[in-house]
Amino acid sequence: MIHTENLTKKFGELMAVESLSLDVAEGEVFGFLGPNGAGKTTTVRMLTSLIGPTAGMATVAGFTIGQQDTEIRRTVGVLTESPGMYDNLSAEYNLRIFAELYEVKDVKGQIEKYLKMLGLYERRLDAAGTFSKGMKQKLAIARALLHEPRVLFLDEPTAGLDPEAAHLVREFIAELKKEGRTIFLCTHNLDEADHLCDRIGVFKSHLLVVDTPANLRASVFGRKVVFHLRLADEKIASAIRSLEFARDVRIMENRVVVSLDNPEIQNPEVVRVLVNAGADIQFVGELRHSLEDVYLQLVKGV
Amino acid sequence: MNKIKTIVRKEWAEVFKNRMVIFTVAFLPILMTVIPLGIIYGTHGTAGTKAGNLTSNELPPEMAQSMCPGELSSLDCLQVFMVSEFMMLFMLVPVAIPVTIAAYSIVGEKTTRSLEPLLATPVTTTELLIGKCLAAVIPAVLATYTAFGVFALGSWIIVANKILLTALLAPRWLIAIFLVGPLLAVMAVTFALMISSRVNDPRVAEQVSMVVILPVLVGFFGQVAGLFVLNTQIITIVALVMLVLDVLLLYLTTRVFQREQILTRWK
Repeated sequence: MIHTENLTKKFGELMAVESLSLDVAEGEVFGFLGPNGAGKTTTVRMLTSLIGPTAGMATVAGFTIGQQDTEIRRTVGVLTESPGMYDNLSAEYNLRIFAELYEVKDVKGQIEKYLKMLGLYERRLDAAGTFSKGMKQKLAIARALLHEPRVLFLDEPTAGLDPEAAHLVREFIAELKKEGRTIFLCTHNLDEADHLCDRIGVFKSHLLVVDTPANLRASVFGRKVVFHLRLADEKIASAIRSLEFARDVRIMENRVVVSLDNPEIQNPEVVRVLVNAGADIQFVGELRHSLEDVYLQLVKGV
Repeated sequence: MNKIKTIVRKEWAEVFKNRMVIFTVAFLPILMTVIPLGIIYGTHGTAGTKAGNLTSNELPPEMAQSMCPGELSSLDCLQVFMVSEFMMLFMLVPVAIPVTIAAYSIVGEKTTRSLEPLLATPVTTTELLIGKCLAAVIPAVLATYTAFGVFALGSWIIVANKILLTALLAPRWLIAIFLVGPLLAVMAVTFALMISSRVNDPRVAEQVSMVVILPVLVGFFGQVAGLFVLNTQIITIVALVMLVLDVLLLYLTTRVFQREQILTRWK
């Protein structure tokens, strides 16, 4: 649904996006992660035909940027970094303007549908300027969806929202995911990306890595299994170290953490060794690194 | 076409919620109507007074010849002269009103950050600019026509002399109001839109855009100083020049309106 090949954008001497090559499948939620100034918004602007690339090419929903810009704008929905509402106009009128510009057939019906879905229907006649930040963000999401876009670009959808509003927005994105829309999600919120995204691309001027959250964890930190014991000591650690496949064995209080390539097959052997060494095993589980750890590891030193 | 209508309605809905804009749109036409009507009212029937003793001989001959038909008395001729001077200022209406609206048009959207979502829609640059242009030109032209209508009606009520009335509502002023007026408005708007695209402060946009009133002021002071007399021929030439200028400015405005630069450089 989204395809880029060496997509590059330079502003004078500043390289904003360098040789981005990427594929996002239909119905996929793709998380685009990167620090401030990494070029995420520039990428979204290029993919929504707001600005042109310096080099490379991209297609969105089969349309080529720079050649079929109007078709792209008609096909995609965009939630920009800032909601950018007409504060003097009512919520309903704000949506009406965009529904008409997107040539929505049932303007009234679509406005009603999304205002109700996002819990804003009762406030539809109030000026957008009287809305809280969270309500404005929801209104901006409604605006991006009025024409039922096949591809949705969400640039920091929960930035600056209080936890409750952010939760509501995330739930709504999850609903959109169920509907099978392709979503390109730029976010700083790594938990959000972890929960919502099928794949994640870590970006800092150029794409560092793309994979599923689970594979990213595995590729960056390996898979680690933690054995909770009644008493963990050096004798037990040595017993595990005798196994060829066990790497990086560490004792942390009464836990033994072991890096394994294939825990599903190797765990029973480790358990046998632990029992033979006299250990009382309380629990066994996989140590789960947060996506934040993965992200920091990846962007560190780039 | 529908998108242009949407842009126009959106601009009006936004702009006319601003009391200052309403004040500007209403105040200038009222002022420019009341002043010439006041002059006609104040000077009619003053024959024998000091003002009435002024004669058409005191006007430059080409001015008296151009403005006053032979049957008009010197006082009537003076009335025509004075009103003609104010009619030049009357031409400020179709320039000043749209500048107020158009100067804010793009830069206002930049400051409220509503421009990016708008540019992300399938609206083309031409549709967007035509919409914004019409949203500023239409109120200005309507205000000018209405004000002139009130002036014509007031003159008809105040002035009993049909020859004087004909001179006051001479073809040159009809051409000026009904043809040059809208052309001036288009010029003012396109210029203001260009400025608005290239600055990031609404106040700067409005102040710089006000430069477009200069040609009108040059016309006013040129006529007051007796450098030229605006007759039908000159006004027709002005209208033709304005037409060419408008086409050129419209072209330049679409060239200057670079979505990418507006979003990234002039943000």
